[in-house]
Amino acid sequence: MFDLVAFIPRAVAQSIPLLYGSTGEIITEKSGNLNLGIPGVMYVGGICGVIGSFLYESSLADPSHINPFLGVAIPVLCCLLGSLLMGLLYCFLTVNLRANQNVTGLAMTTFGVGFGNFFGGSLIKLTGAAVPTISLGNTSKLFRATLPFASSMGAFGKMFLSFGFLAYLAIIIAFVAAYVLNNTRVGLQLRAVGEDPATADAAGINITRYKYVATCLGCMIAGLGGLYYVMDYANGVWSNDAFGDRGWLAIALVIFTIWRPNVAVPASILFGGLYILYLFIPTGKNLAVKELYKMLPYVVTIVVLVISSLRNKRENQPPESLGLPYFREER
Amino acid sequence: MADKKLAVRMRNISKSFGQVQANSNVSLDIYRGEILALLGENGSGKTTLMNMLSGIYFPDSGSIEIDGKPVVIGSPKDAFDHGVGMIHQHFKLVNVFTAAENIVLGLKEPGPFDIQAAAERIRKICDSYGFDVDPNQKVYDMSVSQKQTVEIVKLLYRGAEILILDEPTAVLTPQETDKLFAVLRNMRDAGKAIIIITHKLHEVQDISDRVVVLRKGEYVGEMITAESTTEEMTTMMVGHQVELNIERPRPINPKRRVRVHGLTVRNNEGVLKLDNVSFSVYSGEILGIAGISGSGQKELLEAIAGLQPVEIGSIEYVNDDGTIDQLIGKDPLEIASMGVALSFVPEDRLGMGLVASMDLTDNMMLRSFRDGPSPFFTDRTAPKKLAEKVVEELEVNTNSIDTPVRRLSGGNVQKVLVGREISSSPTVLLTAYAVRGLDVNSSYMIYDLLNKQKANGTAVVYVGEDLDVLLELCDRILVLCGGKVSGIVDGRYTSKNEVGLMMTKLGGGKA
Repeated sequence: MFDLVAFIPRAVAQSIPLLYGSTGEIITEKSGNLNLGIPGVMYVGGICGVIGSFLYESSLADPSHINPFLGVAIPVLCCLLGSLLMGLLYCFLTVNLRANQNVTGLAMTTFGVGFGNFFGGSLIKLTGAAVPTISLGNTSKLFRATLPFASSMGAFGKMFLSFGFLAYLAIIIAFVAAYVLNNTRVGLQLRAVGEDPATADAAGINITRYKYVATCLGCMIAGLGGLYYVMDYANGVWSNDAFGDRGWLAIALVIFTIWRPNVAVPASILFGGLYILYLFIPTGKNLAVKELYKMLPYVVTIVVLVISSLRNKRENQPPESLGLPYFREER
Repeated sequence: MADKKLAVRMRNISKSFGQVQANSNVSLDIYRGEILALLGENGSGKTTLMNMLSGIYFPDSGSIEIDGKPVVIGSPKDAFDHGVGMIHQHFKLVNVFTAAENIVLGLKEPGPFDIQAAAERIRKICDSYGFDVDPNQKVYDMSVSQKQTVEIVKLLYRGAEILILDEPTAVLTPQETDKLFAVLRNMRDAGKAIIIITHKLHEVQDISDRVVVLRKGEYVGEMITAESTTEEMTTMMVGHQVELNIERPRPINPKRRVRVHGLTVRNNEGVLKLDNVSFSVYSGEILGIAGISGSGQKELLEAIAGLQPVEIGSIEYVNDDGTIDQLIGKDPLEIASMGVALSFVPEDRLGMGLVASMDLTDNMMLRSFRDGPSPFFTDRTAPKKLAEKVVEELEVNTNSIDTPVRRLSGGNVQKVLVGREISSSPTVLLTAYAVRGLDVNSSYMIYDLLNKQKANGTAVVYVGEDLDVLLELCDRILVLCGGKVSGIVDGRYTSKNEVGLMMTKLGGGKA
């Protein structure tokens, strides 16, 4: 029997990093920047949070008496700062220097993963632990805190109230982003920048500023996804390469949701569910079948791409100047 | 006139781009409640002048006053703050946005963002002038004329008082043009100043109250439309003949080379571009093709070169032994494999003629890459020699033959292209605007090259825009008017006025 009550919370927990990553990438892409550095940014966000929290916990005489406010604020701020620096780097290269966005993004992913593993490895050396991980259990407890009555509410509590605050924040950010994009002046202007920067420029919109703000904000949101993964999903345990390919899945999700952050909420839960479906479907001892199930999110993305390109509706296309640098005098 | 209020006063405006003087000492007055037509041939500086009023370019010298106050217009935004708005030939609209979204884009209106309230205000503007725009329609669903309307409404919504339209009818059907003119008259009656840039005389007659004529970047004169005839305007537009002293040897032993009969061509949008065009080109002569831009010159050359699908008609190539080959329905490769030596110097040099990022040798190879020693390997020696020869003989100014052609100046690019095309000793040479953007010396070098080809017995077709050159270089001139042959005249005995009238009116008869 398929255990839905156990499946849903795990699918949701799995989906939150994807949701952060794809919301960040959608905001970025709406400005015409195709940031393939998102997987790297999420690594950097995660490790920066870990570094901050590690330093804070080690400075305490008794880490179990952690200050709840500082215990949350320090890793979050470190994570945002690290991701912001990645965003600024990407913008400087692609907006000011007009470097190729694909190459820049891929280089940043390679860099971000390496950065995460390097500092992860260094911290592991510092702790001198027997297992190659850093465990920040006390910080993680703060991130995983739920409403006090959640556990007493049975299946409902388990399915909807069993998550840490970052999970709810991800959903709120996604809906706010969707509202801003579609219903505000700033959203309209941001979309114009991504669609047709020459027209936006002629309308008096500062292209460079919009690209910078959207990309950096997108990176900071994506970075939170990395932080959520370490502090909440992984119980505060950092081990190198554990984050895996979730960053790429987040980018696939952008296409899957046809650039709509509100659609990303259910879609990311669907992806999260598909990502762990193999754990819930009895496959016996045949490991090969499990591997096939792991392909599902990617297969679904390809199918959606085919369908959405067949329907060929103009609103469902990527921003028209996505990936193209803008230079006013080049006409 | 006296009761009209002066809106803009431009005085002694000059602007040059490198060596090219686009405007020199132009003075112009624009009044409210009046439609002013700015008339002139291509390259006469009409658009440049208006771009300076709308903030795209900054004048080298001269002054602009708006409503009696001297102003400095350094950007489109400055122009806007003074109520000047310009509609360019290429629309600036975001395709996936609705009309209303495009209209409010970039505006900082007070209060919360409310697209429906904006749509309401847009409807009001449309009702008062008679525009037909649905604010909630997406731009990609619109026809060209609807997009143009959105551009006009965009300016009005922002409170523009002085509207400039750059060849607004170029993309419109006659019915759409009538509609546009009706709203322009409404706007004039509402006290706006309207300037339309055009080279179509009948439109000037139709819509304008006053017409100002520019020629070669200079102000030549103005007249009240109602008191003038098209003849007077044509004379003013083309001006008096200028002696250029281009050599023109008599054709030696001309023989019919290409015979075009009943050629009819439609473009991708189904618009008739050539209508029943018939003529012949003879060996050893230069046939000039004159006409207002967009009269079908491009389609004509591309049809002969095998690049343009033809609706009906025939294009026959006459071989030396008198046999005839039909060129229609063949692509350039098939035409070449039939033994027809046809060379084409297209208008779009770096788009169709040369590959901008490749060097001279590789560009030479574009014509000869099939001639390698084997089907797999190419021959680089011959193109390299050819590149060296072209550089030396045509005095191409380049660092080396390994320089990408996009680094060369316009004149040098043209020399490379023409050099390559004549190197295959063609029997038919088609050239489109061969001297556009070239300085005087380079132009004369190109004329010399064409004359050499003529002496070799090549049939040369020269599409040009400068009537003075056409009149001195070409043996015969075919004049196109709206895709039809307006007439074929002898270059030695015709006058600039005659050709000018034929360009603007079929057959060149009285208006």
